Amino acid sequence: MPDDLLKLDDVSLAYDTPEGLLPVVKHLSLGLEKGHIGCLLGASGCGKTTVLRAIAGFEPLRSGTIYLGNILLSSPGFQVEPQERNVGMMFQDYALFPHLTIEKNVGFGLRQWDKDKRIIRVRDMLDLVGLSDVAKRYPHELSGGQQQRVALARALAPEPELLLLDEPFSNLDVDTRERLAFEVRDILKNTGHTALLVTHNQAEAFAIADRIGVMEKGVIVQWDTPYGLHHQPASEFVADFVRREALLAQRAQAYLRGEGS
Amino acid sequence: MQLRQLFWSSDTGWRLGALLIALCVVTPVVTLGWLAFQGSVDHWTHLLDYVIPAAFLNTVLLLLGVGTLVTCMGTGAAWLVTAFTFPSQRILSWALLLPLAVPTYIVAFAYLDILHPIGPFQSFIRDILGYSSPREFRLPDIRGLPGAVFLLGFVLYPYVYLSTRVMFATQAASLLEAGRILGLTGRGVFLKVALPLARPAIAVGVSLALLETMNDIGASEFLGVQTLTVSVYTTWVTRSDLAGAAQIALAMLAIVVALILLERHGRQRQRYSNTQRMRPVQPKRLKGSAAVLAIVMGWAPIVIGFIAPALYLLNETIKHLHVAGGVSAQLLQSAFNTISIAVVATLVVVICGVVLTWAARSVRTTSPYALSKICARVSTVGYALPGTVLAIGMLTPLNKIDDVLSWVASLFGATSPSLWLMGSSAALVCAYAIRFMAISVGGLESGLARIPPSLEHASRLLGETATGTLRRVHLPLLRPAIGAAALLVFVDTMKELPATLLLRPVNFETLATWLYAEAARGTYEEGAVAALTIVLAGLLPVILLARNQLKSGH
Repeated sequence: MPDDLLKLDDVSLAYDTPEGLLPVVKHLSLGLEKGHIGCLLGASGCGKTTVLRAIAGFEPLRSGTIYLGNILLSSPGFQVEPQERNVGMMFQDYALFPHLTIEKNVGFGLRQWDKDKRIIRVRDMLDLVGLSDVAKRYPHELSGGQQQRVALARALAPEPELLLLDEPFSNLDVDTRERLAFEVRDILKNTGHTALLVTHNQAEAFAIADRIGVMEKGVIVQWDTPYGLHHQPASEFVADFVRREALLAQRAQAYLRGEGS
Repeated sequence: MQLRQLFWSSDTGWRLGALLIALCVVTPVVTLGWLAFQGSVDHWTHLLDYVIPAAFLNTVLLLLGVGTLVTCMGTGAAWLVTAFTFPSQRILSWALLLPLAVPTYIVAFAYLDILHPIGPFQSFIRDILGYSSPREFRLPDIRGLPGAVFLLGFVLYPYVYLSTRVMFATQAASLLEAGRILGLTGRGVFLKVALPLARPAIAVGVSLALLETMNDIGASEFLGVQTLTVSVYTTWVTRSDLAGAAQIALAMLAIVVALILLERHGRQRQRYSNTQRMRPVQPKRLKGSAAVLAIVMGWAPIVIGFIAPALYLLNETIKHLHVAGGVSAQLLQSAFNTISIAVVATLVVVICGVVLTWAARSVRTTSPYALSKICARVSTVGYALPGTVLAIGMLTPLNKIDDVLSWVASLFGATSPSLWLMGSSAALVCAYAIRFMAISVGGLESGLARIPPSLEHASRLLGETATGTLRRVHLPLLRPAIGAAALLVFVDTMKELPATLLLRPVNFETLATWLYAEAARGTYEEGAVAALTIVLAGLLPVILLARNQLKSGH
């Protein structure tokens, strides 16, 4: 689509290993509309995190292009430095700076801003995620869910055009995970952000995303709406993957009910 | 923009810096090889006929003796405090590190006086035995090869103690208990299980102790043992024969390479065995005469390697201050020289260490750049280079640079050529930097490894450059690692003798060279004050080590 904000075209990625190049992602293309939340879904080792790292500027491209709006971010032999991409990211381990207070963590990316504007922005972001009361504390004093929200506030503070989320909920317990997934979706939708999420958890993907790409062995098998994935799986693998996850979820619920009674 | 991207990313500066530092470090080694083959064939034959055989034999015997002694003492002490518990065992477990604070030349300096025929120890023995003069009874002279082996062994065993103790404390328990259950006696467990397990750790400790032995110049010189190190020094200083000195240095380098291979071998095996984590050993309680024996055996190395020389130096210092009413201006000047040059060297080493480790960090925005990793590795070879070897290797490059600088200065109207590096203490700072780079690179590398890679990614995506990330995130988080590295480098620089002797500017004295000169002249007046200062400074890193060890022990 011409009005996609994020465009990956024919992207291939590989790791340098002592035995030679190890291909991780092969000829991958996808487009994400402005204001939409996309998701790469797949088992560990399918290359989904590597795609995210390439969009962030931490992996060189072997082929293809990555565009954000009209700006070329990466092509073979060329990379805009991560700090110049206007892309934010939330990490699996949150990556909060342990030596800085919550306030300073959130304000980290606002160094170039006026002091007054910066203070207001930090306060707004903490309000947005409901953590105004812990502004002066340090990351290790917060719970996992709170750290998670600080990470979101910090990533959104410099007003990135695109937010990347790398397995953002995998370090949380099941209850918090579900609540936070919806909370994050609401925040992103209300603020009109475009985001790309990476997860191996189907429930998470279906809870959050407008578009889901099922990945297998470095290839996107299907890039579609949740509805489309369920009702028109493009291949045996997708059908299997989606169904198995659903079956597992059902079984887990049945198991929990059995335990409860 | 494409072009800029190809040739200059935000890491390029760091990589160039790392490359430059690595080149500086390798230059002396390369020069040495080049120099050694410059000398005429006559040279080689003269050296091979007269100098090298005797010195080589002395060095090999010294290494063999010290190696045996430190292995027995270090392993024995480690086993004693690991397998048994007895009064004072807890204190012993860190006190056994204390002799590390005493440099080899200071222990020799102290014992020459303590064990002098009319010194305190022999007089005391004579009093007990009822003799009245040294002519009637005297102990064998401490000077000579056996004395050197003995003294070096008692200050260098902590290297072996340290590595084997960690090994015994962290891994051996289950295997030792298995040995017990399979019917081995206590001694059998030590010989058949603990000792073979500890072999890699012993190899690492012994090779470090022997590198230190190769580095030593003061003790061998004071005790009259003509080692290769001493030969390098005399060949250059008294005969001004640079090619000859380089040839001997090359012979030393061969031994050093063998020692490094031993260390690498040990470390590889250590890594292999570290994959299994085990419970600590349950120590056996000793009572009665066994406990007394353990106490005597445990404390003997500390008394000989630390307490006796330290008390002697303290006593001499107090006596001297009492008689002279203070210290001389020259001594104060050399103390000032020592501290100021140590501060500068520490700064240089820490900054170079930051550049090297930051350039070689595993987290980066483009594909891994193997050259920076090689630079970091290469830059740490200095720890193995004996000070004299390093100094001989540096003389030629330093002179060449001085020539170039003089030429540049002449373009700006300076008339006479001068020794920009050799005449100032810049040469010394270079030598210290090369010699101690491994300390800061090692410390910072392990510090960086503890910082999750996502922190740099987060910072970069929040708009920081690589350099800005270092400043705002990694340097604050690395502060403890930097502090520890700085302390170690500072103290090692204060203690350094061989390279300082060869590279210092005329009339520039540090505490170590001052002590050396006093001992060489046989005037012992203020040497003790300088020695005591060095030992006290040397205690700081030992305290740091002991604290880390106690922490990991619990």
